[in-house]
Amino acid sequence: MTQDVRTLAVTVEGGKLSVRTYGDPSKPTVLLVHGYPDTQAVWDGVVSELADEFHVVTYDTRGIGASKGPLLKHGYTLDRLADDLYAVADIVAPDQPIHLVGHDWGSIQAWEAVTRADSAQRFLSYTSISGPCLDHAAMWTRSGLRRPTPKAAARSLKQALASWYIVMFHLPVGPRVVWRLGLAKQWPRIIKAIEGTSIETSATLSKDGSRGVLYYRANMLPKMRHPEERPTSVPVQVLTPTGDRFVTPALAAQAPAPWTERLYVRKVSGGHWIVVKKPALIAERIKEFVLSDIATPGGPEPVRSLLRAEARQGTKDRREFEDKLVVITGAGSGIGRATALAFAEKGADIVVADIDAVAAARTVELVELLGARAYLYTVDVASADAMERFAADVKATAGVPDVVVNNAGIGMSGPFLATEVKDWERILGVNVWGVIHGARCFGEMMRERGEGGHIVNLASAAAYTPSRALSAYSTSKAAVLMLSECLRAEFARYGIGVSAICPGFIATNITRTTKFVGQSAEQQERTRQRVTGLYRRRNFGPDKVAERIVDAVRRDRPVVPVALEAKASKAISRLSPALARRMAKIDPTG
Amino acid sequence: MSNKTGPTPPAPEALERHRAAQALAYRCAETVGAGLEPGVTEREAARRMRAFLRDNGVEDFFHIPFAWFGERTAFRSLKGPWTPLHFFPSAKRLQEGMPYVLDCSPVVDGYVSDIGYAGVLGGPGTNRIFDALMRDLAEYRTLIPQRIKAGDTLAEVYAAVDALIARQGYESRHKVYPGRVIGHQVGHMSQRRNMGRYAFGFGLRTLETLGREIVTEGIKGRSPLWAGGRASRHAPTPGLWAVEPHIGFRGVGVKFEELLVVTGDDAYWLDDDLPHVRRWQLEGAYA
Repeated sequence: MTQDVRTLAVTVEGGKLSVRTYGDPSKPTVLLVHGYPDTQAVWDGVVSELADEFHVVTYDTRGIGASKGPLLKHGYTLDRLADDLYAVADIVAPDQPIHLVGHDWGSIQAWEAVTRADSAQRFLSYTSISGPCLDHAAMWTRSGLRRPTPKAAARSLKQALASWYIVMFHLPVGPRVVWRLGLAKQWPRIIKAIEGTSIETSATLSKDGSRGVLYYRANMLPKMRHPEERPTSVPVQVLTPTGDRFVTPALAAQAPAPWTERLYVRKVSGGHWIVVKKPALIAERIKEFVLSDIATPGGPEPVRSLLRAEARQGTKDRREFEDKLVVITGAGSGIGRATALAFAEKGADIVVADIDAVAAARTVELVELLGARAYLYTVDVASADAMERFAADVKATAGVPDVVVNNAGIGMSGPFLATEVKDWERILGVNVWGVIHGARCFGEMMRERGEGGHIVNLASAAAYTPSRALSAYSTSKAAVLMLSECLRAEFARYGIGVSAICPGFIATNITRTTKFVGQSAEQQERTRQRVTGLYRRRNFGPDKVAERIVDAVRRDRPVVPVALEAKASKAISRLSPALARRMAKIDPTG
Repeated sequence: MSNKTGPTPPAPEALERHRAAQALAYRCAETVGAGLEPGVTEREAARRMRAFLRDNGVEDFFHIPFAWFGERTAFRSLKGPWTPLHFFPSAKRLQEGMPYVLDCSPVVDGYVSDIGYAGVLGGPGTNRIFDALMRDLAEYRTLIPQRIKAGDTLAEVYAAVDALIARQGYESRHKVYPGRVIGHQVGHMSQRRNMGRYAFGFGLRTLETLGREIVTEGIKGRSPLWAGGRASRHAPTPGLWAVEPHIGFRGVGVKFEELLVVTGDDAYWLDDDLPHVRRWQLEGAYA
């Protein structure tokens, strides 16, 4: 670490706390409280990300690491631990309200502190990671038991199973002896096995592991038996790591809701020890919250993902995709435009991209007409450079998208031998490379952000329907379908859903722009008119496809055939490939 | 004697009579529209139009007056799919900011007019979608005579209208009308039998005339109804056409309906002194 570390000792009742401070004391103070069985060293990574902009403070909680504490459990009640926290705050930032962050047991202690009567004077904001307020948790569990719907019972059961170790810690002698006898030595291997993270263990781990058991014993049973109502007016951000083995997202998100005035619940991917695994991500989330006008009066408007994370009382007035960002390519017409409008109507902000600037501008107007925000981009999806610039620009101006609809596509029909190399390059460029570029650029951003997302790729019923007239088009769409299936399997671990949409004959201007290879310009025009007429008579509009796309995102559907012919063809391709092959010989444009 | 002037353009004095009937119809729509208050039903609005026209000496209607409020202006039904029965005035009540469409067709001394008038309760600035649709509707009034003069068939004009709708990002709502028509021929009805009798909302005289027209024009390979299909693949028959582009977006629909004069090589709107045209001229949306 490059920052200057200053250490000091704070004497408290029954102990002495080892405190470290970093950065410029005149800057806003952020106090980080560690969990079990860690020491303040668990914050090292986060500290180095924050120390340039903040006055950062960490300390070893009582009895842990370099801090001294009593030998009996009565010295470890949450009331005492909260007193410690206030004592540290009073020393490092006298008379200045601070921002508080807690992880695991540190989060439990910090909850105790921010739910005290005078907490609003001491704390500007609180970020809780993987540690509920025990009173809130007890109330939440009871409400689940009082109205034992299957869903409530299931989530309580899930949390109970995740809390197995708490029960173990209440067994006499055993757990403390285990820590002393060698659990500490095995600890890094255990963490590596369950979390996939390497952590540095402190020299005091066996003492800390054993001493920390007292934290559980002093508080768990009393709080579960006699929970108090503990409201707070301090704005709270709860970060819920996906794959947390100890605190389920249901508990973390729901338990504080009745007791907080302003609550923001944000998913982060990375497991329980995320503060070690992804310090930059955690620092980013802390900064976004602390700097926004939620926590700092006069600060900038919160970022979109924070706005979205606000848990409102009575969520009825919140539209389904409010404060979400949806990127749509080919949004100047047809399915792309209809999808833009469908998402806009449900509250999303839309990035409208199309190769046709005039058409895209019109979609922007329509999106704004629905009261949503729109960003206009002209981009050729076939160009890797253009797509990378586009994606970087979107990130800089609008943020990381929550949904990306790779919709841009072109049509092509005609005999294989009449399809020239440049025809192939064009259709594969737009229909396949366009999807690859979109998924690459935005998928990377989504993974990095760690809040999941959704990628929708427009394939086609042609992806699984062979036809003598559509060799190039069907090949491109089959690639999109398979790419989507593979991505879905790969991206699931990042919380990113992937859907392939397979529409049938949809009345859009794709028929007016389709290239019919091997035909003269005049013949092409006639064929286009005829096919356009056929599609129009089919009378299946792009707005219906848009609704299915929204639904695919909502329900994370893998493959969605749209319109009867798309479903029928899928059935035929499964039930009788021979029939599909026979039908492939018919030339529908002939 | 023919129930309607033939396939030649009506004489100037006949045009003048049609123009007067159309002006009366628009005055009716404008007056009734200005008097609509929150809570009024479509049926009441239609009744007021009928009363206004009767008071002004109208003895018959090409079709009964129609009034549509709210999402019904875009031919959307909140319960289930739209059926022809849904065209009839309902108990739907008007509210502040809600769009409405009034459609009436008084016949004065046998001279037919057929008009459509779109408004919003509260006037301009109360419904952004309505304002945008209304502004963009102006383009159709330029496009249609322009395409006819360029020699397009009726079906081609229809396709050009469809393309403009697609470009604007709206939906065609005239495609919901029976036969998907954007217009129909009108003329002079001299026959007095069945006057004041109606079936399916249309005057019996209208249906008789229309039926006869479909047969006689059909023999000549033409149709008195203007749509996008095979029957409209011909140059517009000289005469008077009631043309009604109707566009919609997200539960708001707007239209105008006016009489278009078609001669051998020209096409022009019978009258420019109409409420929507004046509005567009004021806004500069229309040259």
